Amino acid sequence: MLKLGVPSKGRLMEKTFDWFGARGVTLRKAGSEREYAGAVDGIDGVELVLLSAGEIPRELAVGNIQLGVTGSDLVREKLVNWDRRVTVLAPMGFGGADLVIAVPQAWVDVDTLDDLDAVAAAFRAKHGFRLRIATKYHRLVRDFLRDAGVADYQLIDSQGATEGTVKNETAEAIADITSTGETLRANGLKILSDGLIHASQATLFRGKRSDWTDAQRKTLKTLLGTLDI
Amino acid sequence: MPTSPATLKEARRLRDHFAAQGAVVVKADVLQSADLLLDLYGEDIRARAYLTADPLRGEMVLRPDFTVPVVQMHMETYADPARYTYSGKVFRKQEIDETRANEFTQVGYEVFDGQNPAAADAEVFAVIAQGLAGIPLRAATGDMGVLMAAVRGLRTTDDRKAALLRHIWRPARFRALLRRYGSGEVPPLRAALLNAADPFVAAGANIGLRSRAEVAARIAALRADAQAKPLALDEIALIDAILGLRATSTDALSVLRDIAVDMPAISGAVRRMEARLNALSARGIDVDTLEFEGSYGRTSLEYYDGFVFGFYASDRPELPPIATGGRYDALTARLGQGRAVPAVGGVIRPDLVLEVGKC
Repeated sequence: MLKLGVPSKGRLMEKTFDWFGARGVTLRKAGSEREYAGAVDGIDGVELVLLSAGEIPRELAVGNIQLGVTGSDLVREKLVNWDRRVTVLAPMGFGGADLVIAVPQAWVDVDTLDDLDAVAAAFRAKHGFRLRIATKYHRLVRDFLRDAGVADYQLIDSQGATEGTVKNETAEAIADITSTGETLRANGLKILSDGLIHASQATLFRGKRSDWTDAQRKTLKTLLGTLDI
Repeated sequence: MPTSPATLKEARRLRDHFAAQGAVVVKADVLQSADLLLDLYGEDIRARAYLTADPLRGEMVLRPDFTVPVVQMHMETYADPARYTYSGKVFRKQEIDETRANEFTQVGYEVFDGQNPAAADAEVFAVIAQGLAGIPLRAATGDMGVLMAAVRGLRTTDDRKAALLRHIWRPARFRALLRRYGSGEVPPLRAALLNAADPFVAAGANIGLRSRAEVAARIAALRADAQAKPLALDEIALIDAILGLRATSTDALSVLRDIAVDMPAISGAVRRMEARLNALSARGIDVDTLEFEGSYGRTSLEYYDGFVFGFYASDRPELPPIATGGRYDALTARLGQGRAVPAVGGVIRPDLVLEVGKC
């Protein structure tokens, strides 16, 4: 059996079902609406596994599922050396969101990462601690800021309502997912002009483990043919 | 992974070797308070260290190295001179190269001696080299002090020098700053900000800890910076000459003395290097063949501020360095609340000594 992991609820699940449906493979929930069991029509040998989008990267990496649909941001955040563990089969064109760095609009002196770095140095000297950036994307943000040579900051974990942390004075800046930037603006924040960390979208991945059976490899070939990838 | 009996034996041999030089054997807790390390090294250490939460003591970290606890211990006793040795495991996540060990034994030798820094540098290098005798290794050396002195000697504003010094460990950003300071250009958005009659006209309400006064202070600093004369191209060329330097220590010293003619600010650092080479010769190190790189040490953790060195397996380029070390005077100042003690030290990895020694 080739196991395909798909987000278990919400728009991401519906859009994924639509995407496969438009390509001749029908995915649906089996049994009642509340049940997390799935069924696949239009191809043999594929099993639908409904999972939280955040767990799909890890399940792919350990081989509990062979294929998975999830945000490209989650794969990059959750898997060390992600491109050695999974392969992109197809970007799916929905679920788009940008991971960006945002600072208060009142920081009229800050437009770029250069500015952020200079402000971080001054902030640390004045306040005695490193400038705090609230995020749940620690790895992505840290790698991005390291490559950009930004220093004197610290990451503060924020698993929700991240846009409010600046107003609440638990952070000075944030790194979060946004699609239109509306929530950021409503919270008095602005995006740095070079602060785009990753443009994410829903993506079909395959795990790169070598322990696939011949039957699984054959099923994948058929599936890719049907999906026209 | 448990330490193999062979590695333990080698670690013991190295620690005995260091103790025979008069070093006191010391131990450090495996769990260290994370606050201090995070404040010192920032997110780089968070990416590398195993953090754990303790409901009473807050964030703790599995020790990523011995330097900080040994310096702390020394600052409490304040003996001068003092020599320490230790042997124990350190723990580091390996996110980039997963094949590298995430826990391994380090045996270290640290010298706190304000009397004769050149002799202390030479002593640490020579004692570590003796511990590694008979193994096919290549030594690399550098001197962060020369580069720092060159930056301090630039004919530019103190703010610009401070920014360059802060980024000396981030080569790409250091280079970008040099380029910007040399070009005299002001980016268009910044020019608009600096020329605005009221820069806060579209600022909206202030939120967060960083106050409007802090923003205004930075705008004032940016205005002053826009008036600063561009960095002279010949000075940038001298920095480039130091960074690009790659020669034997004897030849490197000669090149640096030439550079010091145009840039007298590095004279003191060059004299210290000369004293160190003499001290190394006196300890039997052949400085005519010892490699020197002007940019060596720039990508390690940012606490070395003088002599830096590493020993690498000659024919195993994929291995991490077998031993590393350097001078870290500024770190003792940070940890000693203003009371600084000149310090230099180094560590050897006994597991790698065995691996390379077998070939």
